[in-house]
Amino acid sequence: MGTSWSAFAQGEKLMFDLRDLMKPHRIVLMLIFAAIVVWCAYTLRWDWIPTYAPLAIEGLWRTIWILIVTTVLGFFLAIPLGLAQAIGPWYLAAPAKVFCTIIRGTPLLLQIWLLYYGLGSLFPQIPWIRSSELWPYLRQAWPYAVLALTLSYAGYEGEVMRGAFSGVNKGQLEAANAFGMPRLTMFRRIWLPQAIRNVLPTLGGETILQLKATPLVATITVVEIYSVSSRVRADTFIVYEPLLLLAVFYMMIAGVITLLFRRFEQQVPGRATGK
Amino acid sequence: MEPLLELLGLAKSAELLSLSPPGWGGNLLRGLVNSLQIAFGAFGFGLVIGLFGAYGKLYGGVVIRDLLAIYTTVIRAVPELVLILILYYVGTDLVNKIAQAFGYGRVEISGVFAGIWVLGIVQGAYSTEVLRGAIQAIPQGQIEAARAFGMPSLMLMRRVTIPAMMSFAVPGLANLWLIATKDTALLAIVGFSELTLETRQAAASTRAYFTFFLAAGALYMMVTLFSGAAFNRIEKWARRGQPSLRGKN
Repeated sequence: MGTSWSAFAQGEKLMFDLRDLMKPHRIVLMLIFAAIVVWCAYTLRWDWIPTYAPLAIEGLWRTIWILIVTTVLGFFLAIPLGLAQAIGPWYLAAPAKVFCTIIRGTPLLLQIWLLYYGLGSLFPQIPWIRSSELWPYLRQAWPYAVLALTLSYAGYEGEVMRGAFSGVNKGQLEAANAFGMPRLTMFRRIWLPQAIRNVLPTLGGETILQLKATPLVATITVVEIYSVSSRVRADTFIVYEPLLLLAVFYMMIAGVITLLFRRFEQQVPGRATGK
Repeated sequence: MEPLLELLGLAKSAELLSLSPPGWGGNLLRGLVNSLQIAFGAFGFGLVIGLFGAYGKLYGGVVIRDLLAIYTTVIRAVPELVLILILYYVGTDLVNKIAQAFGYGRVEISGVFAGIWVLGIVQGAYSTEVLRGAIQAIPQGQIEAARAFGMPSLMLMRRVTIPAMMSFAVPGLANLWLIATKDTALLAIVGFSELTLETRQAAASTRAYFTFFLAAGALYMMVTLFSGAAFNRIEKWARRGQPSLRGKN
């Protein structure tokens, strides 16, 4: 997926370059799209927006919050998973490999439902969990959503990081060793940063995939932006308008993620495209 | 006591998963067949779209190229779940409008066809990119040579472009096939009785959530592992005649 996503970023760069945008056929296309947008604004029903705006903003916030929390946590899980597969002994490498294969081999929806319905039906039967401090949280849906999405991101990223860790130039590590750098410092200051830099485009693509996975948590009653649109549809029987608006929201978030990762990529010394 | 309980627990699971009616195994297998049917159809439909899309992106005019760029960008930025809902409603509306125009009543659309239509359009965007990359990776001289011999463009596609790009496209297509099998699970939300929905229904009516979800996970894993092996063979076949980088064979 990584290569196709970096191709995507390049294509987008071409598309949004202002000089390229001012070609005659593109101006005509833009006028047609503007006309379609105006037509949508006038003929479709948008009167439900004021009623649902507060809920939608809350939902949007929760989508972004879930996305950020699960990518960060998932990434921290992915580092040991990648390391274990790249240099770990077999008793660490094998479980990490099995975990990544299972996560990548089964649908995320099934994983979410397994955790929510499975654990959710198991926990109430265990007395000490019910009396524990965590019980008020475990009764809600979002911990299961966060757990499932975190594990999923970790599974996919573990595979990416395996390649990233083994792709770092060996001479760099040997040089650090020769200077007597402690192993942890070497990992923190040389190995990890270079590994991350090598896979930044892939990570950007995977983060967008993670964004596209977030609406699945609506099926276990977490209220985020997708479930708000479902609610509008159920309440008012308006089908297309909320879905179209929803698609626009997701495209905007995906655009922001692309821009963010492009900023990160430009900070990589030696490969900066700004100069 | 402990192992005995575990044995009893497993016995209960086996009973729940048995193929004959008191067990739900038959339902799961029927769901799996539906899932695979939809995945096959969507993958094939996506390949057809992808082939045309790749040709359009590489050799089409400026307008076609821009429209295809919009298609692939939008499809890949919007969650599959949202696309499935939009395409599902658009598809049923369109079919019903056409049916009414010809004087028929409301038409019931089969879940398999709707799933293939919806997932196929999503797959098409990804396979456009995969096939475009693969076609670009073919040494330009091969296509030029075929043109120089006066090969008609359809024959050129059949005899030169497609065989030559296969080895570049197979890894990406394998990835897409796996995505297709897993995306069929999303159709559960629109109410198609594929594997994930059958599993949920079975789990909800027996309260044995772990048993059924783990069983379904195992079925999906089997599909994944089997397809991995199959695609390895296909890749070997597509690479036949090419020198191996490892030196041997």
